[in-house]
Amino acid sequence: MAVDSISQIFQREWGRTVASLIRYCGNFDLAEDAVQDAFVIACDAWVDNGIPANPGGWIATTARRRLIDRLRREAARDAKEALVSVVQEMPSDPAEAEDDRLRLIFTCCHPALGLDARVALTLRTVCGLSTEEIAETFLVPVATMGQRISRAKRKIVVAGIPYVVPEPIELPGRLSAVLAVFYLIFNTGYNAVVRPTADDEGRSAEAIRLTRLLTVLVPNEPEIIGLLALMLLNQARRSTRTDSSGEIVLLGDQDRSKWDWALIGEGLSLVERAPQLGSVGQYWLQAAIVVEHVAPSTGEDRDWRRICSLYDRLVQQTGGSVVVQLNRAIAVSMLHGPEVALALLEPFRERLDGYVYFHSAEADFLARSGRRVAATAAYRRAIELTDNESQRRSLTRALENLDGFT
Amino acid sequence: MLYAAFIFTKWDTDEDLDPAEFGRYSKFNAESESAGVRRGGLALHPVSAATTLRLRDEETLVTDGPFLESKEQLAGFYLLECENIDEALAWAGRIPGARHGAIEVRPVLAEH
Repeated sequence: MAVDSISQIFQREWGRTVASLIRYCGNFDLAEDAVQDAFVIACDAWVDNGIPANPGGWIATTARRRLIDRLRREAARDAKEALVSVVQEMPSDPAEAEDDRLRLIFTCCHPALGLDARVALTLRTVCGLSTEEIAETFLVPVATMGQRISRAKRKIVVAGIPYVVPEPIELPGRLSAVLAVFYLIFNTGYNAVVRPTADDEGRSAEAIRLTRLLTVLVPNEPEIIGLLALMLLNQARRSTRTDSSGEIVLLGDQDRSKWDWALIGEGLSLVERAPQLGSVGQYWLQAAIVVEHVAPSTGEDRDWRRICSLYDRLVQQTGGSVVVQLNRAIAVSMLHGPEVALALLEPFRERLDGYVYFHSAEADFLARSGRRVAATAAYRRAIELTDNESQRRSLTRALENLDGFT
Repeated sequence: MLYAAFIFTKWDTDEDLDPAEFGRYSKFNAESESAGVRRGGLALHPVSAATTLRLRDEETLVTDGPFLESKEQLAGFYLLECENIDEALAWAGRIPGARHGAIEVRPVLAEH
């Protein structure tokens, strides 16, 4: 019980405390070490005496003392006396602490840092994950991840990336750099492996926590709300995305009774709220598409007109990845018929020849437009390409149904 | 902090800079000057005038043309005195070449 509580306190207090210390000492490593030490001390003290009434304040005070001790020791070597007195005078104004967390997020996610570096630094400094944990998430050696993080910290100092909240005029561009990081963290936890581990779930939960925090720190920003909605609507269906043998289950075949309807409800209301606050972007559009698939109780009563128009806007805004283009074609096939959708696939034929979903979509369109021979060939190609057993079964079933129509 | 802003553009012929673009650079020069940001800068002749030298095993190799063959080439640079990278990037965005080429912003290692 006590151990659980300490980890909850860690999640809540780490970023907040590190953020304030960085503002005062200007050094990421010193701040992280001080907060790390404070939690080590806390674990010992709290096991004996119980968790104090204000654990956050306890951690902040202890971390600040550790930092001052460290600076004093270093001051003996070089001129850091000034810094010691600055840190000693640190006020603990809660509003200022909120701003510090924003400063930290925007600094770690500055577009002058590469996306990989932003993600690693955010997980390390904002969330307090260890270098080892982050390396494991991204399947790279610990030494490589350590280098990536220290290089990012060095660039912040050398290139003069400021520890500030961006001006309103800069906000849209800066925000999109932050949201890309949060979404990537979510997806590494959500998509990385067929059999999700507790760590992967932790990564997605971490991304949701960060995005929730951002909706509080930067309120009424439609794209942040859109991203949170998208994460919640996906997270809600997490346990039904794979079957007992670890195979992917498509949305239409998922067991709706196992969805987390509280999360879906929250996602739905966020999707409704965001457009009232301003113009929405790619994350909201994706969330709104999920809503259209999740909200109706059967596959038949989906609003394909609306789904198509959401895909059109998504393609307009992002240029549209091949996956988006393919899903758009499927939606168009439901609204305008399979012939129109087949024409949409044509430009991607060469690029997507090795992509199983291209062939399964084409097979479906061909079958529905009565071109059985061509559909058979397309199903065979899809079956040949898949390395997923349950997908192979469902494609084979579709192929057999095709024969049944003769 | 002092930043160097390197201007990479597709301008690689011997023709003079087109007058409208020249005018835009003059405007940028005046604005960055009066803001106290511009500490220096140089415009270069096109890469058709470039010569590249390498010294290998005490042997000098001289070749006609730029170090890197690429569509966009270094056309010049500014030295900008800015508070931080956000300010430097804001000024870099006002350099005329940013609209058709690219500006690489690098902190200057030490001021001499």
